[in-house]
Amino acid sequence: MELERGTFLYEAWTARWSLLEGLMVTISSSVMTIIIGTVLGFAVGLVLTYGMLPFRILARLYVDIMRGIPVLVLILFTYYGLAILKIGVKPYWAGVIALSLFCISHVAENVRGAVQSIPQGQHEAGMAIGMRFFQRLRYIILPQAVRRALPPWVNTALEIVKGTTLLSVIGVVELLLANQQAIARNYMILQFYMAATIVYIIINFSIAQAAAALERRYAYLRY
Amino acid sequence: MIAYNFNWAVIWRNWDAFMAALALGLGLAVVSLLIGTIIGLFLAYARLSPSPWISRPAWAYVEFIRNTPLLLLIFFVYFGLPEIGIYNLDKIQSFILTLSGYAAAYMCEVFRAGLASMPRAYGEAAKAIGLRPWQRQRYVVLPVMFRITLPAVSNNLISLFKDTSLAAAIAVPELTFTARQINANTYRVIECWLTASALYLVTAYAIAIALRQVEKRYAVVR
Repeated sequence: MELERGTFLYEAWTARWSLLEGLMVTISSSVMTIIIGTVLGFAVGLVLTYGMLPFRILARLYVDIMRGIPVLVLILFTYYGLAILKIGVKPYWAGVIALSLFCISHVAENVRGAVQSIPQGQHEAGMAIGMRFFQRLRYIILPQAVRRALPPWVNTALEIVKGTTLLSVIGVVELLLANQQAIARNYMILQFYMAATIVYIIINFSIAQAAAALERRYAYLRY
Repeated sequence: MIAYNFNWAVIWRNWDAFMAALALGLGLAVVSLLIGTIIGLFLAYARLSPSPWISRPAWAYVEFIRNTPLLLLIFFVYFGLPEIGIYNLDKIQSFILTLSGYAAAYMCEVFRAGLASMPRAYGEAAKAIGLRPWQRQRYVVLPVMFRITLPAVSNNLISLFKDTSLAAAIAVPELTFTARQINANTYRVIECWLTASALYLVTAYAIAIALRQVEKRYAVVR
């Protein structure tokens, strides 16, 4: 690779491995958070809708508290709090746990909204043909609710991708911190921040496009 | 067994610092919302403009902001502006600039939806009584639009308030930064973060409840 020293491309090429590693950390922490958040958030969302009253109140309390606290505070709380409780986790995992706690509450709220938007008649029809509660959920309610929950779920996923930048505050070298480290070496502030911005926009646009494609794929299922 | 002895004296001793920090965060959110509302309104009209030379740049700006992490924008403005010769912004001004620009993109989306949901008859009625285009917007469209979008605006204020926590990254002494500092000085980890979380939570819900009252007062009668 023949590049002139001191140009942006030269510096970016020199830092390529650390930048790529940062990108991988951003992607892996996002994916991890979204998976944990979606699975648990789904469960919490169902509890919010159908749970027994005490569980429902607990779930509601959890969701409302998580949605009222800034993610950065959650991350710092988890990071310092786990350490003081002598639970040794790497910053990466403290960050993923905190982001997941946040993600769960948002997915739960999305799922609750989607499930409650399914007309009551659907439930009654299921009951009329003798389906049990879980059968109704499995064959009638959820297939419709999942489609309605998709657009807000994608928004949550985009929030999480953007939220992983906050892990840089507790020292996780993700894309933003990798860029800052490169900036610390060569002082090319605008170029490297611009590059990071473009990468984030590419990631988010691809997710949004994929989701739009998925929505089109199921658009024939109108009811 | 986990043993942790609470010592809340640290919190009471630093209570004034917490309160000052909370006030600063609220102030940052409100100022950014106000500036963001004005810019966002212009952006919304620009996006609805028939000319692509006006609507495309507005679209690009909104998409750029909405797909970029706020923390990155904060660093971009704070460290980047001096690079292009703008030195005279301190960290609070720089943060307000960033958060306003960020709020503007979100407000633009809110107002665009609000303008789009205006019944066409309103504009026609205004035309029928002889109002000029500017007067139609000023006396008919905007007042109704603001009422329609009030709930979305108050949601934005709450998320902006939560977003002020990111100002800690450039050492603006708001709540998160203060909690972190007291945490580092006293090592009362759980107390500090519980207090900070509770303050955010209570303030966010206080704003929500207060704005619900305003929304009720100004609800659109349909």
